[in-house]
Amino acid sequence: MASNQSRFRAAHGAARPMIVRTMTLAVALTLCSAALSVRAQVVTAQEAADLSGSWDSPATNDVLERDEGPFTDDFVGMPLNAAGRALAASYSADMLAEPERVCQLYDQWHYSNSVFNLRIWPVTGGPTGTIQAWKLQPTEDNGGMTIWMDGRSPPSQYADHLRGAFTTGHWKGDMLIAVTTGMKRAPARDNGAFHSDESIMTSTFIPHDDMLTIVYVLHDPVYMTAPYVYSRTYVRSVTRPIATQYPPCIVNFEGTSEGTVPFFPPGKNPLMTQMMEFFHVPEYASAGGADTMYPEFRDRLKAQYLKLYPTFPKKCTQYCTNFRFQQAVGNLPQPVEGPAAKPGRRGAKSGS
Amino acid sequence: MRTFLSNCAARLALALLVSLGAATLVHAQGRRGPGGPPPPAEAAAPVDFTGYWRSVVQDEDWVYRMVTPRPGDYAGVPLKPAGMQVMDAWDPAKDTAAGEQCKSYGAPAIMRVPEHLHITWQDDQTLKMETDAGEQTRLFHFVPSMADEHGPRTWQGYSVAQWQLQSQGGRFFGGGKPAWAALKVTTTDLKAGYLRKNGVPYSENARLVEYFDLVQIPPENDGQWWMVLTSVVTDPVYLFTPFVTDDNFQKLSSAEGWEPSACSAMW
Repeated sequence: MASNQSRFRAAHGAARPMIVRTMTLAVALTLCSAALSVRAQVVTAQEAADLSGSWDSPATNDVLERDEGPFTDDFVGMPLNAAGRALAASYSADMLAEPERVCQLYDQWHYSNSVFNLRIWPVTGGPTGTIQAWKLQPTEDNGGMTIWMDGRSPPSQYADHLRGAFTTGHWKGDMLIAVTTGMKRAPARDNGAFHSDESIMTSTFIPHDDMLTIVYVLHDPVYMTAPYVYSRTYVRSVTRPIATQYPPCIVNFEGTSEGTVPFFPPGKNPLMTQMMEFFHVPEYASAGGADTMYPEFRDRLKAQYLKLYPTFPKKCTQYCTNFRFQQAVGNLPQPVEGPAAKPGRRGAKSGS
Repeated sequence: MRTFLSNCAARLALALLVSLGAATLVHAQGRRGPGGPPPPAEAAAPVDFTGYWRSVVQDEDWVYRMVTPRPGDYAGVPLKPAGMQVMDAWDPAKDTAAGEQCKSYGAPAIMRVPEHLHITWQDDQTLKMETDAGEQTRLFHFVPSMADEHGPRTWQGYSVAQWQLQSQGGRFFGGGKPAWAALKVTTTDLKAGYLRKNGVPYSENARLVEYFDLVQIPPENDGQWWMVLTSVVTDPVYLFTPFVTDDNFQKLSSAEGWEPSACSAMW
C-alpha cells in the first residue's frame, strides 16, 4: 500500500524535493536557533556565581567581636560623630531587657558585625524558574535577609521601617551587590554604637573558589561622618549544613520596671576604661571618629603607646586567644592570672 | 514516512553541527593561538588597580593592627605550640640588632600593616605594589619566570598573578570582552617572619593566596573605589588551620599621605 508520502511524490514529481528541502532547512534553522538560545540560557544559569550553600565564619579575624561581643568602650575605627559617640557612651545593655528593645539588636546590619555562619539559597519562580531572590539566614534568631532580584520597587519612604527592611540586588561580574533601605534604628555594634533609621546599607558578595567575602557599607547621615565599612570572609562548609530557619526573636518580660529606660548619664558609664585596661588604647582612640580608621592616626598614638609598652605584662594574661586544643572556642578570657577581669564586658548595671 | 523523517533528522543534525561549529569558531577568536606570546596582562582585564591606596582599619582587629599587640596576644591566629614558643621568644631589640626588623613586613603580614600603597605596572606582565610602611615592594608576575621562581627566599617571596575574568553574572569563558575581573595572587618562597608585630610567626613554608577585588562605595557610578583583599595564609609548621583575613583599601586621587618609613621591629 502506497503511503501518503509516495502519493505526494508521484503527484508532484521533481518540484517536491525543493519545497521540502526549503521547509526542512527553515525548520532546522529555527530549531537550531532555539537550541542555541536554550543553550545560552542554560550556560548563564550554570555559570552564574552560585552563592547558595552553608558558609562558615572562620574564627581568624574580628576575633574580639565573637561570642561576648565587643568591649563596652571599643569604638575604634568607627566614624562616629559627636551625637553617635554620646549615644554610645550612654548605652546600657540592660536596655535589652525592656520588652520594646529585646529584639533591637537583630536588624539587617547585624549580619556584618556579628559572627555568624550563614546559609544562602535562591528563591526561584515564574515560568522559566528564574532566580527572584536570594535568602540569607544566619545561625541566630533574627529573621534573615531577602535580596530581591526581580526589579521590584522599594516601599514608600513613608512606610514603616521594619527589622527585615527592604533589599534589592544586582550583579556586577560575579559580585552580587545588594542595597538595603527602610532600616530601623539599631546598634551598629553590640556595645551600643547606633546607626539611625536613615541609614542605607550596601552589601557586596564576592565569591572566590570556596570562599565568600561580604563587604558591608553603612551610610548613616545622622550618627556617622563617613561610610562605615566592614568586611567578613566565609568558607564554604562541606560538613555542617546550616538550617534555613532559626527561632525568631521573641519579646518577653525580663523584669525591667515599667517606665524606666536603663542608660548611663554623660561621664557616668563605669565601663569606658576597658580598652585602656586590656589593650592600653587611650580614650581618644577608643572613642572612635573617622580619623581613627586611617594609618595617619598611628602617628598620634605612637609616643604614648610605646612609652607604656615596657610596663605591659611580659606575657598576655587575658583575651589572648580564641583557640584551645586547636579548636576555636570563642574569645577566651583565661588565663586569669594578672589583673582581675571586670564582671563581663557588658556586665555593669546602669542607673535608671 | 520513515524516510522523510530520517532525512529531516539528518539535515537537522547537519545544520546543528554547522551552527555549533560556527559558534565555536567565533568563540575561539577571542583567544590567542597555540604557541603565540601571551597577551599583555595590563590590557587583558577590564579593571585597573593602579594608583595610590590607603588602608582603612574599621574592623575589630584594630588592636592587632594599629598598635603593637600585647606580648603573647595571638587571638585569632590558629597557632600551634611550636608557634607559641617562637612568639614567646619575641625580642624586638634582638631582631633589630640582627638586621631583621622587617620580619613583620613580609607578604603574609604587610597588607595588614596600616599603610599607603602605590600600584603601577612595572612592565606589561608584572604589577608592582609598593608600600610606604617598611618601604617594601611586591611584584605580581603574570608570566612566571622559572629562573626567578626558585631564587633566594625574601620577605615578599615570589608572587604569581592571574586575572579571574568574569562575564556578567558568572565566570568568563572567552569571546567578547569580560565584564569584570578579580586578581588572584599566590606567593611562595618566603623568608620566615611575623604575622603580627608581637612575634606571632609564620615559617618559610608558608603559602599566601590573595584575592583582590574592586568595589565602588556607594555602588552608583560616582562612588569611590575601594580595594577588598581576602587573604589565606597556610603554614604547616606554625598554623593548624588557614589564617583567613580580609582588609579594605580606599583609592586616593594623589600621593598625599605617602610617607615612606623604614621597617621597625617595635612599631
